[in-house]
Amino acid sequence: MATVAEVTEVHAPAPGHKGLWSWITTVDHKRIGILYLWSALLFFIVGGIEALLIRLQLFTPNGEILSADAYNQLFTMHGTTMVFLVVMPLASGFVNYLLPLLLGARDVAFPRLNAFSYWVFFVGGVLLYSSFILGGSPDGGWFGYAPLSTQVPEYVRMDFWAVGLLTLGVASIASSANFIATILTMRAPGMTLMRMPVFVWMTLVISFLLLFSLPTITVGLFQVFFDRNFGTLFYETAAGADPLLWQHLFWLFGHPEVYVLILPAMGIVSEILPVFSRKPLFGYSFVVFSGIAIGFMGFGVWSHHMFTSGMGPVAEAGFAISTMMIAVPTGIKIFNWIGTTWGGRIRLTTPMLYALAFIAMFVIGGLSGVTHSIVPADTQQHDSYYVVAHFHYVLFGGAILGLFAGIYYWYPKMSGRMLSERLGKWQFWITLIGFNLTFLPMHMLGLNGMPRRTYRYDENLGFDLWNAVATIGGFVIALGVLLFVINVIWSRRHGEIAGDDPWDARTLEWATSSPPPEHNFDQVPLVHSRDDFWHRKYTLDAEGFLQQRDEPVGDWIPEADPEHIHMPSPSYYPALTALGMGIVGYGVLYQPAGFIVAAIGALVLMWGAFGWSMEPVTRTPEPMAHDDRHPELEAAAATEEVESE
Amino acid sequence: MAARVRSRLVLGAVLATIALAACGTEEVPQNSLDPAGPIARDIDGLWWLVFWIAAVIFVLVQAALLVSIFRFRARKGDEGRRIRQLHGNTKLEVAWTIAPAVLLAVIAVPTVATLFDIRAEPTGDDVLEINVVGHQWWWEYEYPEFGFFTANELHIPAGRPVNLTMTSDDVIHSFWLPRLNGKRDLVPGRVSNLTLFADEPTPDGEFLWGQCAEFCGLAHADMRLKVKVHDEDGFQAWAAGQAQPAVIPTDGPAAEGWEIFKLVCTACHPVAGTEEAQVRLAPDLTHYGSRSWFAGATFRNTTEHLAAWLRNPGDLKPMAPELNDLAADPPRILGMPNFGLGGAEVDALVALLQSWE
Amino acid sequence: MTDLVTAEGHGEHISTHPDMNVVRKTAMWVFLGSECIFFGSLIATFLLYRTETRGGPTAKELFDIPFTSASSFILLMSSLTMVLAHNARERRDPRQLRIWLLATALLGSTFLAGQAFEFTEFAHEGLKLTTSPFASSFYVATGFHGAHVAVGVLMLLALLFMSMSGRLRTGEGMNVELVGLYWHFVDVVWIVIFTVVYLLQV
Repeated sequence: MATVAEVTEVHAPAPGHKGLWSWITTVDHKRIGILYLWSALLFFIVGGIEALLIRLQLFTPNGEILSADAYNQLFTMHGTTMVFLVVMPLASGFVNYLLPLLLGARDVAFPRLNAFSYWVFFVGGVLLYSSFILGGSPDGGWFGYAPLSTQVPEYVRMDFWAVGLLTLGVASIASSANFIATILTMRAPGMTLMRMPVFVWMTLVISFLLLFSLPTITVGLFQVFFDRNFGTLFYETAAGADPLLWQHLFWLFGHPEVYVLILPAMGIVSEILPVFSRKPLFGYSFVVFSGIAIGFMGFGVWSHHMFTSGMGPVAEAGFAISTMMIAVPTGIKIFNWIGTTWGGRIRLTTPMLYALAFIAMFVIGGLSGVTHSIVPADTQQHDSYYVVAHFHYVLFGGAILGLFAGIYYWYPKMSGRMLSERLGKWQFWITLIGFNLTFLPMHMLGLNGMPRRTYRYDENLGFDLWNAVATIGGFVIALGVLLFVINVIWSRRHGEIAGDDPWDARTLEWATSSPPPEHNFDQVPLVHSRDDFWHRKYTLDAEGFLQQRDEPVGDWIPEADPEHIHMPSPSYYPALTALGMGIVGYGVLYQPAGFIVAAIGALVLMWGAFGWSMEPVTRTPEPMAHDDRHPELEAAAATEEVESE
Repeated sequence: MAARVRSRLVLGAVLATIALAACGTEEVPQNSLDPAGPIARDIDGLWWLVFWIAAVIFVLVQAALLVSIFRFRARKGDEGRRIRQLHGNTKLEVAWTIAPAVLLAVIAVPTVATLFDIRAEPTGDDVLEINVVGHQWWWEYEYPEFGFFTANELHIPAGRPVNLTMTSDDVIHSFWLPRLNGKRDLVPGRVSNLTLFADEPTPDGEFLWGQCAEFCGLAHADMRLKVKVHDEDGFQAWAAGQAQPAVIPTDGPAAEGWEIFKLVCTACHPVAGTEEAQVRLAPDLTHYGSRSWFAGATFRNTTEHLAAWLRNPGDLKPMAPELNDLAADPPRILGMPNFGLGGAEVDALVALLQSWE
Repeated sequence: MTDLVTAEGHGEHISTHPDMNVVRKTAMWVFLGSECIFFGSLIATFLLYRTETRGGPTAKELFDIPFTSASSFILLMSSLTMVLAHNARERRDPRQLRIWLLATALLGSTFLAGQAFEFTEFAHEGLKLTTSPFASSFYVATGFHGAHVAVGVLMLLALLFMSMSGRLRTGEGMNVELVGLYWHFVDVVWIVIFTVVYLLQV
């Protein structure tokens, strides 16, 4: 890339990239990423509406907008939605879109498995939400504590929840294995592990976290589902079962899950801060290793969710100390981010504002997190609004603000157009103020004795003021989100043309066009350093100051056959296989008669999986080696390539 | 410039809210920051220690961030500013790894010490033992020393420890009385303990407020608890009264009420001193008339409230009595059904219940 | 885009195509790591409930160690035949490959038949899925293992079909190797289950 060409219009989509069928059959990681992002945005709005209804009900003491039953459904679905259908798929969307670009790769390791992950996620989301029209949505809390979740099938509706989460778990396991294989084996030449962008590192960490934490909740969900439907006795306390088993299985997943939700945002912020500070990330290796440390320690703190369950003071002291320790790597990250901005030239663009606000808000969430490790104090805070405040500072102030930063930062790469900075800054300030209005008072509510998950409260409790403020804040956030949606839709047509590298960025995704071609890079980059793209543009002068190169430099690896870059062909088998899973899901929900449906679903699933493994991967197959010993195979080999994912 | 002003406004608002939050503790009966006994006071002290440490860290970190933003932000015309490309500083990294670790170690010591203190079961002759069973959605209290049961409204003496031995007979509940102690779960199939210690009696007509803190289904919000703290004499007098059997009225509306009670209520509600009411599936009504609160300590025990409750309990509190199964083992109770009582029947029952003082 | 090839990259051929064998094996290994936690949780549940028999049959009364040892031996032998199948694949010997794939699938099916027989026996002796927490956790833990064996048998039969119909190319060794990895893993899990769930409980 000798000169940065003036880009005046956005590429038209490639042929075959239009129409519903092309989206269903796509195996392009970028299009799958966009599917994830749009789905997550849709669920974000739905989950947000649920939150607004909850806040309306709590606006005044003894609110009468919702029944207790409706309230329980809404808070269960709000939590489940925001965790599994918003923050995780938002992160998945970014990872899908960016991972190969950041690594200088043409695609993820298993493109069809990637499509399968998305469609299974989609099916899981549909399953969960169809419960609203099929007899009422789950109402036992997103944490589904047994034996409430197994108590009376007609009364606590957790079957859709169990089947929905099991389905979503399959999607996450598949994509985690896919991402790990991609990161470990698909990097561009020269892209050593310690040259990888921090976002890629965080993806690696969360993939391992998911792989090793999802199985425990999977087992727990099977137990709950079997208890409810087949009469097993995993949580039947009258038969000698122990409800704490569920808590351990759930939180062995649930706590690592917290880091699954926050680490991608940390990765995004670690990419954005250096770009808008014109400085490399301060203490790269410390940021990376503290991320890994958080991942490891994340498996050793789960019982701090159970300080009131009665584990005994010795176990409680142990988990208190491990919980305190996890603050150390978290602090390292925060200090290094501030260090990154220090001495730079800070451009306060919308993505940068979000990234900075992420740090500021996450510090509050982190500090209130430390107060949970003070077990005696936690016995007051636990299951109160203080905890609600804490995790919203982590998951909204942290994860969602970080993901907003990511959207503003990468939207130009994905769409070819900039989001409006003017609208963006309005949205930023409105969201930030609304967020603090909503959740800061909740600290006080919790300490004042307001428990979570209560659909009404008395007027004599002194909760009125802060609840009213929080509800107003919730609507301010909604206004911010509305501006965001307007911005996204308006800018798709009318946004300023972005060009390849609108932010003067550092990583490889900006070295290709916006949006990138299906094969990402015309030629694969040869990587010489961390932030390779930056070093192609800039160098250091004799005193160690930044200096722009007269002419960008950089290595590209010539293609042996530049006319044909083999990309995987579209395939409907992944979506078909996912559809089979969905049919199985509905079948088991309506047993015993549904077993026939489940059997049909299993056949569809096997049809999909078999077709998938028989189908050739690439559109134009590469020439095949002849196999002398197997002459009868030659004909088949000419058209078939077998992949087993 | 505008951005700077706005940021300051935001910062100001945040600080003001924190300041407000830190002091507005009046007339908040469930306030964990307003301890009424030594255990809650220990917890409160620990909380404030950590709060102030956290507050200092908060201010330092936010200040560093803001200083960096204001000092190094891009200004018009400084596009050519020379920027040193610093990759890190190992000494700094070591420092900000060790400093928080040391600070946390300092916090860990009082944390663990207080933890073992508050978890220790009280010993000695002056401990009052109370057994607590959590039900959907009410509390059952048994005073083994005195041999009686009561519900929802807990009475304890001031100035000596009370040991709650707790379990649940359906789902997990959590006993939370913020002004005396942190919360403790009641897990079916397990026994847990919680110590209460109140400094002083509550004034006449006033109670310590608390409620169930673990989501337990439909009426979780209405599973509240009220605690009356007596001086020792008052407590003994109250307990002696509660230990008496109920008096069966022989004439007037209360006697009519007893006839209805025998038909309708004895399937679940026990009343001490009667042969007819011995099934213990719902609150013990022996001295119902002496209570100030009913239905999960959610409603004041007035004639109007009680009459409304008897006409249709579902109007006052969300429950699922259609799923009750008295024949199951163990029986399943998910609330009081609507018995379709007429006005006269309701009045008679109210008269009966309020006569049981 | 102009190529600016520096000394480092000049002249040598740098492959931009990763070795798909390595890619696939990496994914399979991490997936099996995840499966370890899955079975770990099932076994942990069983250990928690091993004595919660609620008056129903206990492990001591039920387990027929000689019988289960025999079926365990059969499953372990299938690992050997799987190795032979892989070996035939490496030697590019399709006839041997098919024989050993079929043998592995048959041994796996025999194990499954043994499990079905065992479950039926236990049910006759009064251990139903709903008898006690012990029963529930026993059936679910061993049942999920059986389901894994069944999936493995299906994959082996698919390999066999692909080999017969000429869709399995000798230059593409990964399918047999991947299924082999999975199969050995399922066997290893059984060794743990047999030890912890059966041997340690009698």
